[in-house]
Amino acid sequence: MKGKVWKYGDNINTDVIFPGKYTYTLMPPEEMAKHALEDLDPEFASKVKPGDVVVAGRNFGCGSSREQAGSCLKAAGVQAVIAKSFARIYFRNAVNLGLPVIQCEAVVDALETGDEAEVDLGAGLVKTNKGDFVFPPFSASVIGILEAGGLIPYTRQKLKEKGLLK
Amino acid sequence: MGQTLSEKILSQKAGRQVRAGEVVSVSPDYILSHDNSAAIIQEFREIGLEKLASPEKVVIILDHVVPAASEKHALNHKIIREFVKEQGLPHFFDIESGVCHQVFSEKGFALPGLLVVGSDSHTTTYGAFGTFAVGIGRTETASVWATDEVWLRVPETIKFVLEGKLNPGVMSKDLILRLIGDLGAEGANYKAVEFSGPAVGSLSLSSRMVMTNMAAEMGAKNGYFEPDELCLQWVESRAKRPFEPVYSDEDANYEAVYHYNLFEVEPCVACPHSVDNVKPVSAVAGTTIHQALIGTCTNGRVEDLEVAARILKKKRVSPGVRLLVLPASRDVYAEALSSGILETLYNAGAVILNPGCGPCLGAHMGILAPGEVALSTANRNFRGRMGSRDAFIYLASPATVAASTIEGRITDPRGYL
Ligand code: SF4
Repeated sequence: MKGKVWKYGDNINTDVIFPGKYTYTLMPPEEMAKHALEDLDPEFASKVKPGDVVVAGRNFGCGSSREQAGSCLKAAGVQAVIAKSFARIYFRNAVNLGLPVIQCEAVVDALETGDEAEVDLGAGLVKTNKGDFVFPPFSASVIGILEAGGLIPYTRQKLKEKGLLK
Repeated sequence: MGQTLSEKILSQKAGRQVRAGEVVSVSPDYILSHDNSAAIIQEFREIGLEKLASPEKVVIILDHVVPAASEKHALNHKIIREFVKEQGLPHFFDIESGVCHQVFSEKGFALPGLLVVGSDSHTTTYGAFGTFAVGIGRTETASVWATDEVWLRVPETIKFVLEGKLNPGVMSKDLILRLIGDLGAEGANYKAVEFSGPAVGSLSLSSRMVMTNMAAEMGAKNGYFEPDELCLQWVESRAKRPFEPVYSDEDANYEAVYHYNLFEVEPCVACPHSVDNVKPVSAVAGTTIHQALIGTCTNGRVEDLEVAARILKKKRVSPGVRLLVLPASRDVYAEALSSGILETLYNAGAVILNPGCGPCLGAHMGILAPGEVALSTANRNFRGRMGSRDAFIYLASPATVAASTIEGRITDPRGYL
């Protein structure tokens, strides 16, 4: 499914992805989605459509370790985040939450807001209206986590396959 | 092209040749957790499994709030003890033991060539022994308990080539602070950091642990020294299992290489409120302090207490200053006790705390009031870390902290050694 590209710059920190003032309240995912990128691009939350792609520069997700910075984009229906690089904790949290995070400089340089992109995780390919781009493919296990919708469902599923869990 | 230590260890674990940038799913040799085990237990229960996949790999060390500071903490510990019993976990260390990273190392779990994951960001410490050791989240830890598997991205590596020798009064803490100041708090984000070069041999294992511990403060995934004779001798006598040292190839690929001459390193201080806000002691000398802390997983070992005792021998802590001394483990405590170090510190006016994290994380035993200034040997000085949001935390070496307690203000230790 092709989605619209939303492009941002370098060092997008977790505070502008999901404001700190909401972190100590319990919030259902739909509610979190309403605050996604609130302090960066106030239009984003109301206009984002399922399947859209967030594209950014270096060090996306730097700052605090809050998991909501991943959950809010996932709940908003974002298909993937493509950046030149990710802050380490953001990258891990995102995958464990089931949000694909792709590191690929060439795509970021090529795309602008309003372009179209689609991510094929298995093939390690980003298909866009500006051409196709390859990225180092994820391992089968990471694809598995992403497809299951996060680490806990994935773990459950794997244990069931092995007959270790009913 | 050759491989770095990280690439090699992860290749061995993955059963194929892997390079920086790839993601592997691997089975760790040990899984560390501490007081947060109660939260992990909750997540583990949610998965629905009854038994841990590999109980012999699980190491739980209670250290963060020990002995329990409140009923809530007590219940937390109780849940963990009951779980340990229920699952028959062989590697459990209760509240008398000390800070997890020190205990884990002393008890022979941190070994060359091993892969260790821990639900604590300073798990990086074990790289001092050539271990690939990395911090993971709580949810992930629950999943590793259940499946014996964790996914890891193979990190690129930054190499620091260390030359020369530290001057008297300058410690490895000053060196790592300097590196963090130069590189920035995100300078090694997601990367491995290799400390090598001719100066490494002159650094004790304790001094190396300071650096791998604080590699986390430049964003590193792991930091390490290649195991040398000194390291191998130390680990061989305590190893909990067989191990095979791993070394980087000469033609391994490094993302960046930085050279440092240790002769040029001065005593440094990380100023509020970030660890990369590093200045030479001379720039902040004279700043009044209210509380001083010598200890934690960063600088609570015998060599740290020993240098403090040398400085404080026959001296008194300034009347306006509270000096807290926190040996990193029970073993450290015993050695500092029998060698007279603790007596010297006691006579100087120090309060000797029981081994553990103590005031490092601001949970108990020495919370700061608004407006107070602390000088600590710990690894983090974030706003609010040791209590009030309006307190100020400076980080320095044990020598700098000890000298400063005599004068009641931040002081260059070189005049005292
Ligand atoms: S001593 Fe401080 S930094 Fe070390 S493990 Fe304990 S709380 Fe964390």
